[in-house]
Amino acid sequence: MSQVPLTHILFVSTALFFIGTYGLFTRRNMITMLMSVELILNSVNINFVVFNKYLYPEALEGVFFTLFIIAIAAAEAAVAIAIIINLYRNFRSIDVEDAGELKF
Amino acid sequence: MPNAACILLIPLLPLIGFAVLGLFGRKVFRSFSGVIGTALVFVSAVLALWAAYGFFFGRGDHPSFSVTVLDAPWLVFYKGLSIDMSIVLEPLTVIMIVVVSLISLMVHLFSLGYMKGEPRFATYYAFLGLFTFSMLGLVLAGNLFETYVFWELVGCSSYLLIGFYYDRPSAVAASKKAFIVTRFADLGFLIGILILSFHSGTLNIDDLSLLSNQPQPAGASTLFLGFSVLSWGLALVFTGGAGKSALFPLHIWLPDAMEGPTPVSALIHAATMVVAGVYLVARLIFLYALYPGVLEIILYVGAISALLAAIVACTQTDIKRVLAYSTMSQIGYMMFSLGAVRPGGDPTAYTGSIFHLFTHAFFKALLFLCAGVIIHRVHSNEMKDMGGLRKTMPFTHFCFLVACLAIAGIPPFSGFFSKEEILLAAFRADKFIYSIGLFTSGLTAFYMFRLYFSVFWKKPQRADHAHPMPLVQSIPLALLTIGAAFAGFVPIPRFLLLFSETEPAHASPVFSIPPVTIALLGIGIAAWLYKEESDRPGRAAAALRGLYSLARNKFYIDEIYLFVTKKIIFHLIGRPAAWIDRHIVDGLMNALATTTARISACIKGLQSGKVQDYAWFFFIGIAGLAIFFIYIYT
Repeated sequence: MSQVPLTHILFVSTALFFIGTYGLFTRRNMITMLMSVELILNSVNINFVVFNKYLYPEALEGVFFTLFIIAIAAAEAAVAIAIIINLYRNFRSIDVEDAGELKF
Repeated sequence: MPNAACILLIPLLPLIGFAVLGLFGRKVFRSFSGVIGTALVFVSAVLALWAAYGFFFGRGDHPSFSVTVLDAPWLVFYKGLSIDMSIVLEPLTVIMIVVVSLISLMVHLFSLGYMKGEPRFATYYAFLGLFTFSMLGLVLAGNLFETYVFWELVGCSSYLLIGFYYDRPSAVAASKKAFIVTRFADLGFLIGILILSFHSGTLNIDDLSLLSNQPQPAGASTLFLGFSVLSWGLALVFTGGAGKSALFPLHIWLPDAMEGPTPVSALIHAATMVVAGVYLVARLIFLYALYPGVLEIILYVGAISALLAAIVACTQTDIKRVLAYSTMSQIGYMMFSLGAVRPGGDPTAYTGSIFHLFTHAFFKALLFLCAGVIIHRVHSNEMKDMGGLRKTMPFTHFCFLVACLAIAGIPPFSGFFSKEEILLAAFRADKFIYSIGLFTSGLTAFYMFRLYFSVFWKKPQRADHAHPMPLVQSIPLALLTIGAAFAGFVPIPRFLLLFSETEPAHASPVFSIPPVTIALLGIGIAAWLYKEESDRPGRAAAALRGLYSLARNKFYIDEIYLFVTKKIIFHLIGRPAAWIDRHIVDGLMNALATTTARISACIKGLQSGKVQDYAWFFFIGIAGLAIFFIYIYT
């Protein structure tokens, strides 16, 4: 059984990264922005796993890193959701454009 | 001889009083603060007397001329030149600490009654403590720079006390004037110290005295404008002394300084601080003696001050101003006496000056305190509001009369002895100065008795309710009266020369005939003019019209100062400087500020406050760095 070439998987992760970046830059909705950040993180996860698998099959560090990132991403999501809820309570919206009180 | 700790306590006790009363006086001690301040100064006066007794009589058979009590290095510039905090006792210093602490004690006591009920009573005593500390420090200092430090402290406490009634605009103006004029003179003092220390490599007065023994002192050959730099330095030091001692032409602050409370005038502006200049010159007399040119300046400045102030005093109507000009005149006496010192000559000039300083402290303080009592009674400083007080204030009358006789130089009161020594010295040094001194002594008798007769005789007695003087006021008056009457019998010249080989000179009795005669003449004229209400003073003034109005207006010296400062300095120097400051210096800064504001207005759009914009910048930056490191850096 022939393996999927490394470049294919890297292509997927790169696409995922830029989709996430694009979403982060263009969306004004906080939840969508959070989702975009998750996409970016997952693209990095894919990179870690793939490089681990293809370059150092006997090692496990890349997989561990991925696990850590998933844990941290979960924590980050919890914090972000808390921020979003607070934002909603104050502004009755979760649009980042509306939270402009500290601007000059 | 008391040990070093006791001598250190002499100036430190008033300082403790200042700290304690300044911090807690108004809230904690209130009217009790006067007693605390007085008690501390009392201890310090007792210690001073003990130190004086020990210094003159308790030091074995062959005592040294000076005793270094304390010598602590403070600022070391390099090996050889350092500023030490030292305390050196020598005959002059010891006499000065006795005078300062005694007069200060009298004034502290007197103020207990005089300043009673004053809202800032505790502050007043705190300031008095600060002054006493600085003055004692000034006379004890064995180092020129240390002297300078205390010199400025004395000026500062004088400023505080002149402006004590700070709700009066005139007092504020007077305190500022005193501070600025003396500070201006102190600049000369500082430069003088720097010149002296630069050329002699030391600031210690004792080491400077070694300098005078060398045949060719360092720096004596360096010339500036035809005079050796050392004589310039000494002349500049004398400028500082002239400012503090209110000598012509830096005297303008002293009459105005009478805005302060009267006991303060007695302490600072009559007995102690204003003689600091005399003290300074006397302390350095071994150096001054080397430079006859500088001595000549001192001689003439002193004589002019003595004469001018005496003439002005004859025409003033404010009792305290008369006394202020009289102080200035007497200090002029002390100064020209020091100017009459000649190297290798007899020491009368030097001893006479200090002797006069000593006796003057008593009778002038007494005069001021009496003036304070009188002002309290009639609620006015003007002589025309007084008169006929002889019956209602018999005790004050007696004290004032003794003081007047003392200052006029009538034997056997104290002023006679000291003034005679000064005149003797002047006679030996310079006949012209002697004649000025003689004439001034006649004028002194005249204006003092003009004051005396106008205040105590003249008008018929007014019906006013006499309130008895509190004991705290009458005791200092009585003690000072004893001092004014008998201080002349204290052999100050003998004390001054106790540890040196020279013997004090004695004048023949014949010599004292002219001064006494002229003094009696002055008293006679004053009695003729002012003893009874008459038109004689008016006619005399009319006869001397030009001179009278000149003297009445203090020779227009204030106006000259105003002209020089306002017209010349403000208009010709201040205005252009202000223009340059406003238009060129400020303009540059303003241009810089506007440019910055404009640029920031252009680029502040970048700071949008939108998270995603920042994310974009971040992304572009990362991308840029990535490109740089991948394609260019490698």
